[in-house]
Amino acid sequence: MSQFYSDKVLEHFKNPRNIGSIPEGDDVGIGQIGNPVCGDIMKIFIKVGKRDGVEYVEDVKVQTLGCGAAIATSSMATEMIKGKPLAEAEELTNQAVVEALDGLPEVKKHCSALAAQAIKAAIEDYRGKC
Amino acid sequence: MNCAITNTMKVYLDYAATSPLDPQVLEAMLPYFKEKFGNASSIHSWGQEAREAVDEARETAANFLNCGTQEIIFTSCATESNNLALKGVTESTGKVPHLIVSPIEHHCVLDAAKHLEETGAAEVTWLPVDQYGLVDPGDVEKSIKENTILASVMFVNNEVGTVEPIAEIGRMLKKEPKVYFHTDAVQAIQYLDCDVQELGVDLLSMSAHKFYGPKGVGALYIKKGTSITRQQDGGGQEHGMRAGTENVAGIVGLGRAIELVVNSQSQTVNRVRNLRDRLIGGVLQIPDVKLTGHSEKRAPHIASFMVAGAEGESILLMLNEEGIAGSSGSACTSGILEPSHVLTAMGISPELSHGSLRLSLGKQTTEDEIDYVLEKLPPIIEGLRKMAPK
Repeated sequence: MSQFYSDKVLEHFKNPRNIGSIPEGDDVGIGQIGNPVCGDIMKIFIKVGKRDGVEYVEDVKVQTLGCGAAIATSSMATEMIKGKPLAEAEELTNQAVVEALDGLPEVKKHCSALAAQAIKAAIEDYRGKC
Repeated sequence: MNCAITNTMKVYLDYAATSPLDPQVLEAMLPYFKEKFGNASSIHSWGQEAREAVDEARETAANFLNCGTQEIIFTSCATESNNLALKGVTESTGKVPHLIVSPIEHHCVLDAAKHLEETGAAEVTWLPVDQYGLVDPGDVEKSIKENTILASVMFVNNEVGTVEPIAEIGRMLKKEPKVYFHTDAVQAIQYLDCDVQELGVDLLSMSAHKFYGPKGVGALYIKKGTSITRQQDGGGQEHGMRAGTENVAGIVGLGRAIELVVNSQSQTVNRVRNLRDRLIGGVLQIPDVKLTGHSEKRAPHIASFMVAGAEGESILLMLNEEGIAGSSGSACTSGILEPSHVLTAMGISPELSHGSLRLSLGKQTTEDEIDYVLEKLPPIIEGLRKMAPK
């Protein structure tokens, strides 16, 4: 691959999905993770709904201050958990996000960890309210 | 150099990274790839033709720097010139010498000095710089020790454009004949007076591709009498200071590029400076954007900023979408995930250098291009800030 970022990364960077915030509430979890390595910050908001007694991600929003990889992973990771059961969202791995983006440059792989960590932190925040 | 592709202009504002080859330089080089292909060390006419061309370029470089032709060594790039300067001077002394180095040097000077330090070949004092990236000549003087052999301070900082007080340091070091003075003048050649007598330097590095010459060729001025050991062994080329068959076409290109600088310097400097000031004035209209580097002691072609609340690489990617080329010192763009050592040395926090943006102009830059950037940049920054956590 000759270009630095895959077409998919660039597409998500240019048209990031789920940007924004969700107002605080009992059914909302918020997770913010700062990357001490590069200075990127990611904040994920999840709104939890119930379907057949199973908690799921009814809505998700993200705010990101960071590079192309950070913005693209925020976008892709939120797309991947939207509508999914909470238990499944919690299991989202860095590797899955990287693969969904058709790869990330080696030096940028830590950015994908940020998204997975922010999602976990948001779920934990929500669970703390139950 | 704006060409219309649909509605997008192409605006190259990364001249501090590299510049396009001037067609006149290419024209001068071409015969030395083809019919004039001789090895400058050969005795026959092919070789002598190449030798003459190399000698002519050496004379051009020597006239430009106001030195003797014996004092010019052609190299492969400024990185090689800088490595040769620091390592060559260090190696030429018997005991462990002391070097004084500014912390805002290009990586090739910085890492050469660190290498010497880490391998125990030299002691290094790292100079402080102020918030503008300026070295205080007094600090250089205070750092001199019994075993000091070299001070290295760049002429123009490549990231923020600050012009260092080289002539002042040079004058001060005249009182210290055992301390050689090296300057990396890569960003200065086009725009500043590089007379080595005026500057008081013993070693000066340059690279052709920064001033419309080809990549792969540079030069090092080494003042006559300087004690220095060559770093590349082999043949006796370059007065025995740099072995290896001369890059004849490249050297011809470097010579021609210097001629073009000499012919156009006075007009280019003012024109580029005015455009840079137009750019800086416009960019500073955007809220929470600050200029980095000195506002006056600044090379004509470099505009550099800190943008709060937006990350440098993202700004570059968005600019690229609009056909605009720039660069950044943010950790995310560094490849080593560290914020720019230059901005850090200037006391700028990693959070702020996260939003670093450098736009560097060249002789082809136009007012239309600057206005186009001033139209495109504010919404890009606004958009990225909207995405960021509040």
